[in-house]
Amino acid sequence: MSLHPSHDIGIWIAALLTLGIFSFLYRDNPVYKFCEHLFVGISAGYYVVLTMISSVYPNLFVPLFSSFAKDYHWLLVVPLILGIMLFSRFFPRGDWLSRWPIAFVLGVYPALRITGFGQGDFVEQIHGTILPLWVPGSIGTSIGNILLVVGLVCTLIFFFFSKEHKGALGGTARLGIYFLMVSFGASYGYTVMARVSLLIGRVMFLLDDWLGALRF
Amino acid sequence: MSLAALRHLDRRWIFLGVALLVIVPLLFSFHIAPVLPSNRSRGFYDAIEKLPEGSVVLLSGDYDPGTSAENYPMHLAAVRQLMRRNMRIIALALYPAGPPLTDQVLRIAGEEYHKTQGVDYVNLGYKVGNELVMSQMGQSIPNTFPVDNRGVAVNTIPVMKGIQNFQQIRLIVDISAGYPGTKEWVQQVVSRYHVPMVAGVTAVSAPEYYPYLQAGQLHGLLGGMAGAAEYEVLVGAPGLATRGMDAQSLAHVFIAFMIVLGNLAFIAGPKKGNGR
Amino acid sequence: MKREIPIVITLVAGLFMLLAWFVPHPTVKAAYEGLQNWAIVVVGFTYVLGVANLLRINTRQVSRKERDWPYKMVLIAGLLVTMVVGFSEGNHYTDVDSRFQWIYRTFYSPMTATMFSLLAFFIASAAFRAFRIRSVEALLLAIAAFILMIGRVPLGAAIHPAIPAAADWLMEIPQNAAKRGILIGAALGVMATGIRVILGLEKTYGGGDS
Repeated sequence: MSLHPSHDIGIWIAALLTLGIFSFLYRDNPVYKFCEHLFVGISAGYYVVLTMISSVYPNLFVPLFSSFAKDYHWLLVVPLILGIMLFSRFFPRGDWLSRWPIAFVLGVYPALRITGFGQGDFVEQIHGTILPLWVPGSIGTSIGNILLVVGLVCTLIFFFFSKEHKGALGGTARLGIYFLMVSFGASYGYTVMARVSLLIGRVMFLLDDWLGALRF
Repeated sequence: MSLAALRHLDRRWIFLGVALLVIVPLLFSFHIAPVLPSNRSRGFYDAIEKLPEGSVVLLSGDYDPGTSAENYPMHLAAVRQLMRRNMRIIALALYPAGPPLTDQVLRIAGEEYHKTQGVDYVNLGYKVGNELVMSQMGQSIPNTFPVDNRGVAVNTIPVMKGIQNFQQIRLIVDISAGYPGTKEWVQQVVSRYHVPMVAGVTAVSAPEYYPYLQAGQLHGLLGGMAGAAEYEVLVGAPGLATRGMDAQSLAHVFIAFMIVLGNLAFIAGPKKGNGR
Repeated sequence: MKREIPIVITLVAGLFMLLAWFVPHPTVKAAYEGLQNWAIVVVGFTYVLGVANLLRINTRQVSRKERDWPYKMVLIAGLLVTMVVGFSEGNHYTDVDSRFQWIYRTFYSPMTATMFSLLAFFIASAAFRAFRIRSVEALLLAIAAFILMIGRVPLGAAIHPAIPAAADWLMEIPQNAAKRGILIGAALGVMATGIRVILGLEKTYGGGDS
């Protein structure tokens, strides 16, 4: 193994910032605080630029100011006014005006979610559970299908709070908890995997891009 | 040191253990075990392989550098497979910090397979609005994205010719870090327009998509860096994810060991109350 | 009036979006497309509002020399420099060799990735300090976690092929059943809440009573 450190000033800055953030692992310190605040500032600036240039400019300003009379583009005056109204939050006497654009967004998104969740997560998930409980020639698949259906029913019963969980209902809900625990364990395992991967990514950057130390 | 004394272990020793178990395998590649593709990764790979050459594929890179260690390798491998099969790629991103990563994978694979921006692929860039953008694309992709990432009008870009909405899309490839991502594509597009879809997702979100996979709403699923490594092997281009698997394996063993050790230290320690 | 108009706006926008989903008439579709584009624009403005608010709060803290004010200056400087550079480059802000992309590669990308990677250390520490197996439920959780942690990496197959097979079975059957239960339950919750929001019954949204 040999070291071939980068000659790129950008890589050096990125590496020092990486180490600055890692310094938090020892304890909170001024270097970490500096990096943290710089990160928030740059992120916010980046988001504004991206949003304005990629979305507001092409979807509002260009059609509104370059082809006002074409294809009802003049109607875009409405979202422009709604957008400006949002900033009334900065003026105590006029902040009620900001509720109009928020109300508009609050109408659009729940409607999208009602249909999206209704079809994708409700209808199609029930449809996916309508399975043959006996598959000739495959005992494993049969047991799997039965467990899937039983597990789903028990989990749903656990979430059913309109009746006290006693007797048969209580026993079924208890079984539902066991299925849920297995599911949470699986999620935990995957979360560990995700967090470790992200660390591997940073270590690769430090060893490979910055120090040029990775062996292939 | 007794087991009970471990209860007062400074957590920075644990941090050091994690760091070493990640750094050492990356410095000295052990190749602990070969990467074996799972059915889910194969499903992802096959969904692209089965498409006729020249099909239009929508590639959504819904992640940012925060999860690029997991998502970037699968993104790059997917573009490589799509370009090897001469697909028309329409790329976009629903994370603000996603477009540069999309640009990068398209540029790298584009040079490898001699593809031209605008002719073989396009990066439509970012659009604010999350699932609203997906729903709007169902009405009109050119009206949702009037210009591409470079500011070029999409109706002048050759690869966008004839593309109106999801009717012309043969497959959606989503590389997702969370919201907005795979769940929203399934809800807003797959369920409504019945476009086949495969997803490469972060490990933390992967379990949530198994019901979609079983219900046929997804045709393949790559979960985290391990899923990316499996897919890299299938595409025949082992890269960052495959290289990370030794460190990944050892860090997992360490964390499992920490759970056991923590419990042993707890059992060995003094009892408080009824212990619950 | 201040209270009623927002409720009417939410109701009309929400009901129209629902109607348009079921009525694929060209006129309705055109209005649907227009309405969605309006929403994209308004959401875009909300991002700008959020950042303007961040700038306002931090500027105030600096002017009053509140705690950590020098760091707030770093935040403001980072925000303004990124914005000025980005807007000054216009459509060229996506070019690989642009200054805006340099800021992205040098500052934004490494810092966001490192912030997330810190969690690897804390999850290991939490595994040692907080993961206590004191009940059947916790034992089930631990067994599933162990099988997944070992079975999902190449090491699992190297130890024994049954480990990844067990991980697959766990994910596809019991895990899937419970996750599907959660999905269906959450879908019902989202639909019910969505209807309440559109009908103006969800008082937590849309502000107070003025």
